[in-house]
Amino acid sequence: MEEEIFVSGRMNQLIDPQLNIWHWQIPLYLFMGGMAAGILCIAALYYIRGREKDYSTAVRITPFIAPFLLVFGLIALFIDLRHKLFFWQLYTNIRLQSPMSWGAWTLMVITPVSFIWCALHIRDLFPNWDWKFKWIYELESFFNKYKKVLAWIMLIYGIILGIYTGILLSAFNARPLWNTSIMGPLFLASGLSAGAAATLLLSKNKAERKQFARIDLVLIGIELFLIIHMFMGFLASTQVQIEAAKLFLGGPYTMSFWIFVVIMGMLIPALLEIMELGKFHIPPIVPALLVIFGSLMLRFIIVHAGQVSRWLY
Amino acid sequence: MRYAMAVDTRKCVGCSDCVVACQTENNVPHGFCREWVVETMNGTYPQLEIEIRSERCNHCINAPCVRCCPTGASHFAEGGIVLVEHNKCIGCGACMASCPYDARYPHPSGYVDKCTFCIHRIKSGLAPACVAVCPTKCIYFGDLDDPNSDVSMVLKKRKSKTLIPEAGTKPQLYFLI
Repeated sequence: MEEEIFVSGRMNQLIDPQLNIWHWQIPLYLFMGGMAAGILCIAALYYIRGREKDYSTAVRITPFIAPFLLVFGLIALFIDLRHKLFFWQLYTNIRLQSPMSWGAWTLMVITPVSFIWCALHIRDLFPNWDWKFKWIYELESFFNKYKKVLAWIMLIYGIILGIYTGILLSAFNARPLWNTSIMGPLFLASGLSAGAAATLLLSKNKAERKQFARIDLVLIGIELFLIIHMFMGFLASTQVQIEAAKLFLGGPYTMSFWIFVVIMGMLIPALLEIMELGKFHIPPIVPALLVIFGSLMLRFIIVHAGQVSRWLY
Repeated sequence: MRYAMAVDTRKCVGCSDCVVACQTENNVPHGFCREWVVETMNGTYPQLEIEIRSERCNHCINAPCVRCCPTGASHFAEGGIVLVEHNKCIGCGACMASCPYDARYPHPSGYVDKCTFCIHRIKSGLAPACVAVCPTKCIYFGDLDDPNSDVSMVLKKRKSKTLIPEAGTKPQLYFLI
């Protein structure tokens, strides 16, 4: 019988028998960053197109979630760092080849922009809001004057943020499951879908809800296409990527991925949204929460499974 | 200058002396190692082939860990040695995820640590600890740009391989076969 035995004397904590350095913090952040990116992109896009009256929830109300998501995401990122007191080194260096450096600088831009955007719409939530100081009113009118520029910055940086959460993983050639350029567009589509679901959840306007159910439906279609495309790519690739795909096609992550991400997070909400667009009345909270849940699970499963996939030698 | 190392898999007996020497020389915390010994056995009994390798960071020319480091803590030092500057490292783990050889480990102090080719010893004219201590003298170290260095000479004479060259990292740890 052909034998193959491999014995390694290495047993480093968090590295062996398989890489286990990223726990809940990174996937949670990837979800929060992606969802914030989706919310801000949609708000900016509708504002630029002059549709803020038709889709007022998406432009004025939903963005209030984004700063919370970004701040909690940043806290999760900080908790993940092992050499915490040196975190500022991220902002004394610009490394164009490192996706993480791109992400750090993108967050530096989009977090304040999301706060400004919310400040400009604070009276939609609290009609009697008073800024108390004159200079804040002056600042407010200054940003109101350049709101379109702000929206463009938000749109562009939102897309960079959404796509970088995937590129962060796809840049690691050492983990065959992550090492596919589909990861960027997939995470962007998933973030946009979660962002659209947030408006679906908050909107009280029937026409707006219908529009966002339609948007979500298209995005779910794109995500399904990308997932199928990803597995086709893996199965047509090298041995290590075939084995990475097998983690989801009969391997340990099969059940969780197909049930939580694909069926619960995509197929069921898509079906409910189709029914909603037809004659049935479906409470929007159900498909919206399912989409957000699926988006969260996608990050957790991909980040965990990616650390299991590896080169063989 | 291009530092490299070659390990003779036919002479290595897997005693792990290099591992212990490295841990002592570099004050590696308990429970971790910068280098390790791998034993593989292939074939059909009784025709079995055994290979023993003393492995460590490959000090790649196209090092993914240097590329993905967001702060520049992972960098190339003289002779292409890949080093981590502890006070620049934020402990994000990107380099550990990027290494196909899993050659890095998280130091309990927070930063990421790895083999340095004992750069402090090289600078004072000594061989790396693992090379100096090897009882079968199966590890060769030196400058590849110098045709008379130990490593250049042995790589000229013997057939060698690197680990997962298909990962595209251009590793500089050679194994004589």
